[in-house]
Amino acid sequence: MEFCGGHSGHTHAILRYGIRQLVPKTVEMRSGPGCPVCVTATADLDKAIALAHLPDVIITTFGDMIRVPGSYSSLQKAKAEGADVRIVYSTIDAVEIAQVNPEKSVIFIGIGFETTAPTIAASILKAQQDKTENFYILSLNKLTPPVMKALLDSGEIKLNGIVCPGHVSVIIGSHPYEFIPRDYGVACVISGFEPLDILLCIDKLVEQIEQIEKGDPRVEIAYPRGVKPEGNRKALQLMEDVFEIGEANWRGVGVVPQSGLEIRGKYERFDADKAFSVSLKPPREPEGCRCGDIIRGAAMPIECKLFRKVCTPESPVGPCMVSSEGACAAYYQYETVEEL
Amino acid sequence: MCLAVPVKIVSIDGEMAETEIAGVRRRVSIAFTPEAKVGDYVLLHTGYAITVIDEAEAEETLKLLEEIASLSEVH
Repeated sequence: MEFCGGHSGHTHAILRYGIRQLVPKTVEMRSGPGCPVCVTATADLDKAIALAHLPDVIITTFGDMIRVPGSYSSLQKAKAEGADVRIVYSTIDAVEIAQVNPEKSVIFIGIGFETTAPTIAASILKAQQDKTENFYILSLNKLTPPVMKALLDSGEIKLNGIVCPGHVSVIIGSHPYEFIPRDYGVACVISGFEPLDILLCIDKLVEQIEQIEKGDPRVEIAYPRGVKPEGNRKALQLMEDVFEIGEANWRGVGVVPQSGLEIRGKYERFDADKAFSVSLKPPREPEGCRCGDIIRGAAMPIECKLFRKVCTPESPVGPCMVSSEGACAAYYQYETVEEL
Repeated sequence: MCLAVPVKIVSIDGEMAETEIAGVRRRVSIAFTPEAKVGDYVLLHTGYAITVIDEAEAEETLKLLEEIASLSEVH
């Protein structure tokens, strides 16, 4: 199972370069919860949309979030209705928007995994350093190893190996995955994103799986140009300073303990959850949409009745088709019906 | 969203650096890679350099990307 959907991530590359067809039929690749937009719970999306409708608020967000449907609306619809929603490339841009709009409250929708969390921590530290008092983060950041543990614990799908996400691992290194081979006997290989990187990773996984009976599953780094075993200490230190670990709500998986990042008390004035209160109706999932099952790897996109019929990139029903990183969008773009 | 691309550092000004890839320039933060020097390749993710990569590895990646781009043009 690969844990990085990524516009240039593993699922995308596996399909784009025909790797599924290239490897023997005995190797089945499953896409896991690796698309930050897709794993964001509907209730959290509803909160972001409600914040957008507050007076004198500017929402800043990565572009992928804007089209994802919440229960009743989307950030794009909120924008059409007059809310100030702006796409940014970086948290640096979000802080700058706050600095040039001192009369507004600027909220950044903080989605992403360990790759992105340090950049969000850095934006809080920058806002504090510059005394930018109108900058807030809605912290929806999620951690990868705990959700891997949740999937393994559920036993819903029998995984033999995990393609560990390359850029998450640039930050966290290889040590946080070590419990997986040790406690679950599942092989782990950290992969880069070029087609050859992925083939190399699959080769190493198969080699490990063949040896598992002899008792040697381990975490291997097949992306040494980017990943060191200890990760990026400076980025980890900033994350540790700003965030504490809490639970997080994942679409399709539910609330996973120890899998989310909450803003520490000393930075609480930047915490949108503390600064604003919005009333929310109970969340509602799109009818018939199997995004949740697809995120867990329990279903393939083709197994969803809506796939390619009512749910297309032009008219997406669920987030896995909206985001270019979603498994449904990748399967829609690259797989022909016969191949599926 | 965990997309990251190798870019080359052209100049450094405190925690910010001017970087270049394929003729496109961008100012990025090097707060996570204080060891980065002018001429180094870094992996860039949403405006931040997340690691320094050695030049031989970065050029290998860029060469592959260019090859893939030229293949896409043929089709």
